[in-house]
Amino acid sequence: MCLAIPGKLTAITGQLDETFRFGKVSFGGIMKEVNLSMVPEAKVGDYVLVHVGVAISLVDEEEAHKTFEYIKQMGELNDLDSNTSET
Amino acid sequence: MKYLSEFRDATTVKDLVDTIKRITTKPWTIMEICGGQTHSLVKNGILEMLPIEITMVHGPGCPVCVTPLGINDEAIYLAESKNVILCSFGDMLRVPGSKKSLLEVKATGADVRIVYSPLEAVKLAQDNPATEVVFFAVGFETTAPANALSVVHAHKLGVNNFSILASHVLVPPAMEAILSDPETRIDAFLAAGHVCTIMGMEEYEPIVEKYKVPIVVTGFEPVDLSGILMTVIQLERGEAKLENQYARVVQQEGNRLAQKTIYEVFEISDRTWRGIGEIPESGYEVKNEYARYNARKKFNLNLKPVPENAECISGAIMKGLKKPIQCPNFGTQCNPEHPLGAPMVSSEGACAAYYHYANNNLVKS
Ligand code: SF4
Repeated sequence: MCLAIPGKLTAITGQLDETFRFGKVSFGGIMKEVNLSMVPEAKVGDYVLVHVGVAISLVDEEEAHKTFEYIKQMGELNDLDSNTSET
Repeated sequence: MKYLSEFRDATTVKDLVDTIKRITTKPWTIMEICGGQTHSLVKNGILEMLPIEITMVHGPGCPVCVTPLGINDEAIYLAESKNVILCSFGDMLRVPGSKKSLLEVKATGADVRIVYSPLEAVKLAQDNPATEVVFFAVGFETTAPANALSVVHAHKLGVNNFSILASHVLVPPAMEAILSDPETRIDAFLAAGHVCTIMGMEEYEPIVEKYKVPIVVTGFEPVDLSGILMTVIQLERGEAKLENQYARVVQQEGNRLAQKTIYEVFEISDRTWRGIGEIPESGYEVKNEYARYNARKKFNLNLKPVPENAECISGAIMKGLKKPIQCPNFGTQCNPEHPLGAPMVSSEGACAAYYHYANNNLVKS
């Protein structure tokens, strides 16, 4: 559950106030809305590490790809669609 | 079961294992406190590749597994209450409470929903203004910023029908509890990479100092085996230092904004860990300023200590005294369909890792 999954920030979709921003992040094609409040420096095109819908840090692109592939091979991407699996 | 040869890093891993073998001269017990690492070690067959002198033991790195029975019962009570939607991460659903699991109460009609993020639960509360939405906020430091953010967000939006049932645990006090336990002997720790992404490394310094124990912040991929190598190098040299193997992600100071969000909403509290017992100042509770978002206050819950299932030895496993396969119920009375304890059903639980992925050697050894 502590696993954070890297994805690419493709768009900033909203800003409620100074700190509370959110955007769309692509995890190998799976799009999710992600909160960006903890990474004010993140821009469209950056890779972010996302844990339970909140980006917790930036990562470089190569690291992001390697980690993503690994998590996929391990079969641990189900966190991304847990809201559709059992509800 | 996946094999290492499938990974592009297979040669790196082999080199790392060879180096560990070459330099190891004495028996060492190393504990990882991260369910992701436990699963990676087991799934990739790394435990079997390590030299016989190196014993990896699997600490309390699974927040679902250490959530005490009493809190599971509180969640179940709320789920069964009228006009309540109980939201949770999927992992929590199959965990047995003292009488039943959330999945069982869901099957009898309770409104229990799996969410990907606590912020989804806030959205659900906005969409259902006449219903109380409670988020079962389980987690380590990694998850605390997101859970805190859900409270801040609900507060800013004026969403009054949202609250959280907090079950938050902290890694460093658990390490200290394990190190102070006269029964255990842990020579070194791997600290969890994503916990340190949030909290940084500073809080581990005093533990290294006080207990003269090497701590290496480590990732969870097979190449991160170099964390074990770094630990063994220190042990063989008689050193005890705090090192960062996962510097590609972890900064010394962590994510200060995330820490600020945590301390906005939470304060440090004593906590009972399932299987281990009470550890002082080892958890987070919602601060008084945000009491109206605290499900315990809102619904007047009184956390009652509930005796744990005596058949489950998860406490001994998490303290590094036993391996899952040494549990007399492993794979027989206790299996993923009929779990006796949380480590058999959580995706980060050590028993689940051994059950699903360990090959026969590991299970027989
Ligand atoms: S195998 Fe089952 S009963 Fe034994 S420690 Fe693991 S969860 Fe508990």
